[in-house]
Amino acid sequence: MTILQISDLNVHFSTERGDLHALRDVSFDIPEGRIVGIVGESGCGKSTLINAVLGLLADNGRISGGSIAFEGRDITDLPPREMQALRGPRIATVFQDPMGALNPVLAVGRQMRNIQYRTDLSNHDKDRRSAEMLARVRIPDATDALARYPHEFSGGMKQRIAIAMALMMEPSLLIADEPTTALDATLEVATIELLKDLQSQIGCSVMFISHHLGVVAELCEDVVVMYAGEVVERGPTGDVFGAPGHPYTARLLECDPARQSQRTRNLPTIPGEIPDLRNRPAGCIFASRCTLANDLCDTPPGDHAISAVQRARCHEVGAA
Amino acid sequence: MSAILEIHDLEVTFRVGTMLRRQNIQAVAGVSFDVKPGETFALVGESGSGKTTLARAANGLQPISKGAVHFDGQRIDRLSAAAMKPLRRDMAMMFQDPVGSLSPRMKVGDLVTEPFRIHGAADIDLAAETQRLLSLVGLSADFADRFPHQLSGGQARRVGVARAIALNPKLIIADEPTAGLDVSVQGEVLNLLNELRERLGLSIVIITHNLHVVRHVADRVAVMYLGRFVETGSTETVFSAPAHPYTAALLSANPEPDPGKARDRISLPSEVPSLLARPTGCEFHTRCPWVGENCAATAPQPATSGDVTVSCHHPLAAGARPSTREIHHD
Repeated sequence: MTILQISDLNVHFSTERGDLHALRDVSFDIPEGRIVGIVGESGCGKSTLINAVLGLLADNGRISGGSIAFEGRDITDLPPREMQALRGPRIATVFQDPMGALNPVLAVGRQMRNIQYRTDLSNHDKDRRSAEMLARVRIPDATDALARYPHEFSGGMKQRIAIAMALMMEPSLLIADEPTTALDATLEVATIELLKDLQSQIGCSVMFISHHLGVVAELCEDVVVMYAGEVVERGPTGDVFGAPGHPYTARLLECDPARQSQRTRNLPTIPGEIPDLRNRPAGCIFASRCTLANDLCDTPPGDHAISAVQRARCHEVGAA
Repeated sequence: MSAILEIHDLEVTFRVGTMLRRQNIQAVAGVSFDVKPGETFALVGESGSGKTTLARAANGLQPISKGAVHFDGQRIDRLSAAAMKPLRRDMAMMFQDPVGSLSPRMKVGDLVTEPFRIHGAADIDLAAETQRLLSLVGLSADFADRFPHQLSGGQARRVGVARAIALNPKLIIADEPTAGLDVSVQGEVLNLLNELRERLGLSIVIITHNLHVVRHVADRVAVMYLGRFVETGSTETVFSAPAHPYTAALLSANPEPDPGKARDRISLPSEVPSLLARPTGCEFHTRCPWVGENCAATAPQPATSGDVTVSCHHPLAAGARPSTREIHHD
């Protein structure tokens, strides 16, 4: 079954300087039990996408087309109360800054008890479940940890507590927004492996947003590459990173210093800027920065299949 | 050539706790290094390892409890703020958060020329300087009228670079200059810093936990753990043959976007120890996959061989690293 199916999603924001087309014709699926990475530069619409799924777009934002189906049901027009019932127990989130997710003035155990307010367990049983969950994210002395406050834990532990809280109600979709960006290499790897373990135990699907390509390669089975509010390429991570079909994906991978086997003082970049989303180019969105661009690129490219599982929005792929 | 920055046996201690349970935390515990003119020196280590505290101490922003800091031949760790001020022309700092380190109520044009106003360079044509600095960092002149919230992360970082180089400093200390930036923008900022280093001959101290970045930009690197250097040396030697197990673990933990690459990873057990309860002996022994005799009992002394200095009882021999899969199962 498909847990999350996004079809031709369009999001506009009205601003003082005109309408901003933040997401254009975004389509991808998150199948049950899969970990799907979303990558792209800042400003590519990753956060807008999360907010659209969660029904938390800012007041000046609106879904102007397409649909978001969660467990088979379109949730784009759901009344706020029903959306609220989904957020937390069914669709959980982990953000970049764990301190923002934890209440600094309540003990961790109290916060975890509060999360279970929809269950009819006794406080004693809620605490027992909380301690179990903390133990699963490898917090030492989990029962004692319930009495402690967020500031008493290290950064890596705080992020693991935030993960424990997000997975407490066994959601079917976890949205993780740059959850390891604030952590160092060794803790980052430990957090990824933990997330992988918990995901397979609970069986939830994960939408993992990151601009760290190495982390996505390690964790995610599928990857969606976004550029300026469009999905330019998607497919299994090994296929997309191993043989990128879209020039943007290829350039992005080249820019990662991890891919430079020779030591260089001059790191590769992608010259140019993201186009103004208030005034989108008529043709391919990446054409102004693409070294392969030709006359064909003045018309919008279709979503071409590279293989049965990999697709890219590029004329070159269509012509091949 | 003599060093531009010389740090000798530096310690920084913070007092924490309530009145009855007062404790001292040694955030930096005896660190020595120097930075030569035109050199890029990298500090790496986990958060909480003391990188930022060390950088602030080097810049005179953080009082030190022991040791000495010399900048351009002058001892600066005991100077008053007034005596320090003229020296700050020559040592610039780039802080972590690119947008947060810019005043939200000042326009970019005012932000990049603020250093001139602070240092009383009244005879300078500020409008011309704004133009010069913005073009140096690759921003068009119309950015002068923008506010920080109208900038992207990469653009805000460029403004930070422009502020740092405004007074032609001899040294820039850059604290995580590319954290949170995308790979292509990260490349732009690092290329810019490197270009300015070559053109203006300045020295750079870069603090980062991105080891891939260090490998490309730094001449020398120091690896910090719990406020001490466990390994220092030329970037090439340290990266090709890490001698300290912590360095080896950090390097092996570095995620790479190559799905086909085999991962021979050293996983470090347990949490980072608290600075309030430092482990005995070698402070890394609680997490070290190769912990051996006397590691828990006596602290290793730094030993130099070639261009690398390492503090470890059992340093890893080049190329002779034992297979990690046999040693540690997690």
